[in-house]
Amino acid sequence: MEHHDPHVDSHGDGHHDDHHDQGFWEKYVFSTDHKIIGLQYMFTGMAMAIIGGFFSYVFRMQLAFPGIDVPGFGMVSPGEYNALVTNHGTIMIFWVAMPVLIAAFGNFLIPLMIGCDDMVFPRINRLSYQVFLLSALVLIFSFFVDGGAFGGAWTAYPPLSAKAQYNLTAAGSSLWLVAVALEFVAFLLGGINFITTLMNSRAPGMRWHDIPLVLWMIVIASILFMVSVGPLIAGAAMLFMDQNIGTGFFDPNRGGDPILWQHLFWFFGHPEVYVVLLPAMGIVAEVLCINARKKMFGYKLVLYSVIATGVLSFFVWAHHQFTAGIDPRMANIFTVTTLLISIPIAELCFLYVATLYGGSIRFTTPMLWSLAFVVEFLIGGVTGIYLGASGMDIYFHDSYFVLAHFHYTFYPIAIIGVFAGVTHWFPKMFGRLMSEFWGKVHFWGTIIPFNIIFIPLFFLGMAGQHRRIYIFEHVAGLAQPHLQDLRVLATAALVVMLLFQAVFLINLFTSMFRGAKAGKNPWRASTLEWTTPSPPPHGNFGGNFPTVYRGPYEYSHPDHDEDFWPQDEPPAA
Amino acid sequence: MAFVPIANTRSAAGMPTGRLAVWWVIASEIVIFGGLLAAYLIHRLGHPEWANYAVHTNTMAGAVNTFVLLTSSLSAVLAHKAAEEGNGKKAAWLLVATTVGAGMFLLIKSFEWTYEITHGYTIQTNGFWAFYYTAAGLHALHVIAGAIIMLVIAADAYKGKYLHRVELIGVYWHFVDLVWIFLFPLLYIAK
Repeated sequence: MEHHDPHVDSHGDGHHDDHHDQGFWEKYVFSTDHKIIGLQYMFTGMAMAIIGGFFSYVFRMQLAFPGIDVPGFGMVSPGEYNALVTNHGTIMIFWVAMPVLIAAFGNFLIPLMIGCDDMVFPRINRLSYQVFLLSALVLIFSFFVDGGAFGGAWTAYPPLSAKAQYNLTAAGSSLWLVAVALEFVAFLLGGINFITTLMNSRAPGMRWHDIPLVLWMIVIASILFMVSVGPLIAGAAMLFMDQNIGTGFFDPNRGGDPILWQHLFWFFGHPEVYVVLLPAMGIVAEVLCINARKKMFGYKLVLYSVIATGVLSFFVWAHHQFTAGIDPRMANIFTVTTLLISIPIAELCFLYVATLYGGSIRFTTPMLWSLAFVVEFLIGGVTGIYLGASGMDIYFHDSYFVLAHFHYTFYPIAIIGVFAGVTHWFPKMFGRLMSEFWGKVHFWGTIIPFNIIFIPLFFLGMAGQHRRIYIFEHVAGLAQPHLQDLRVLATAALVVMLLFQAVFLINLFTSMFRGAKAGKNPWRASTLEWTTPSPPPHGNFGGNFPTVYRGPYEYSHPDHDEDFWPQDEPPAA
Repeated sequence: MAFVPIANTRSAAGMPTGRLAVWWVIASEIVIFGGLLAAYLIHRLGHPEWANYAVHTNTMAGAVNTFVLLTSSLSAVLAHKAAEEGNGKKAAWLLVATTVGAGMFLLIKSFEWTYEITHGYTIQTNGFWAFYYTAAGLHALHVIAGAIIMLVIAADAYKGKYLHRVELIGVYWHFVDLVWIFLFPLLYIAK
């Protein structure tokens, strides 16, 4: 009698693909193919970026020209200003950075780079996108309800976020919270898929140190997200109840504590920045190695540094609360841990630079973005050191110095890293090449204005300018002409930068349909995704799954004629 | 209709994919409940007067429910054993028995809560009761969700299909049981 192994699903359907004749809806809208789902996340994230970018245009116009009738929006009331900055931040982190860096690249790349045909749970994958799309729609819906969008900052501190009599946006506040909660669910679902797939579905011969760094980064980020978001999900449920059914979790008059929310939020909020940083650094790692024709300097050290960062990231959160009334002795401890965490990240930057040293550098568009990432992120990281010291933070907390610091970190992550990834993997996604010329025009038209926006903001912060204030005309120390000039300069640079994004969009869409055809491997790279057709067919490898014989970055290997050595090429006999 | 990718059949980590995934789900759930319970604990330690409110929880109902859940975990384990032996029908009935246990748990809880609410102990009453209903409520939602999924898996198992899922829902069920083992002392016994 045949032994029945209940661990393997022996039910009839087996492994063959029933989707041989898919209509438009099944193939592009309700797809379970990881590549389509990845692109769905990417385009949704890009659409949300346009909305988030538009919000920044509006509020910066208000700051530069107070009281102006902003073209395309109208007059900005104080309440609307708050809603704009709140939703700008919320959108950029949850609906741009995370979906594009983790969900889009993770979905598209993981099965291809590990040599299998899809994620382990394709239908859960599809569900995760559908929940994510719903979350985006709920958020957008919140802009149009009575009272308007939530304006309590992306940090949503109670009592402002909990009491409608304070925030004046009863419906908007709850919808915002529901949208964020749904987004969390989507990323938990997706994350489990990513982690399980990377752990289990690797090609034969692919050891843990043969895995491309970008995949490690995406999966470690997924684990970080999963572990850090739990307490905040509990907190979000509590805030929702405080908003809607009269509980008092965060109300001191009812036995609650608003500081509890801060701890629950920042226990997630700090690891979250590494959740988005790691995939961006992974993308940069891939692009640097390929375009320097050199293996990563210290692959294992990179990995250990990333893991150390991930662990340490759980012990720094209260540096966001230095002025919230926490015990100064606690502040000392968190200062130490915060300064410590800069060490592994600095290590990574050094390793990236060492990877470039002695390399044969090709200044392609993705390479320009990756190099810019290292430079700009360095500025962000270094300015974080000032803020990590609790003494300095007493002055800088909630000032524009903080804002400039985190834009010098988030912008490289969410914008520069994304452009590096999109320009690099576009040929694989669409089978065509983007224009290098317009890519470089877009690059310079973005990077130069970016710096002109945010360097003035450091100076405004040092002059004492507070965040989340819609007008400074009535504050003597801040209403000075030379400071207003800085505000106008930053706004002008923002407008220029936003206009240049049209170059990218035109390049993207024209290249998708009329770009030069890309072969399998236009960058002459050695990882597995470049062994498939561009774009890869459903099932990726046509049934001939690769076996892996070497690491992912065997470039310029002395024993090999070509300057790249594909992972799946058998060793010479 | 189910397309099983090759990805799903590989096992580089040495564990079947479904089992690996369920453990990661458990990990995420541990942090959710852990965060909630940690917040409750810290509040409880800072509010000694909550002991006066906790006195009014129904410890007997809680104890019976603990017994009910533990027994249902037993039937879940026996269901797994039956599935391992290839006996889908037996596994299905044992899973049904587990969901009967879940039903009893929810029934006892609904009587318990009805009494408490009609006697003025609602979620809005004070901080202790807010945490009480939130924690036990979140747990109850997981019981309901788990029971529904379990019935679906039982229906398949009865027909001899997807028997490996009996173990997976069992693991999830043990987790739900374990959360209750934490909730019971924290909410009912600590007075």
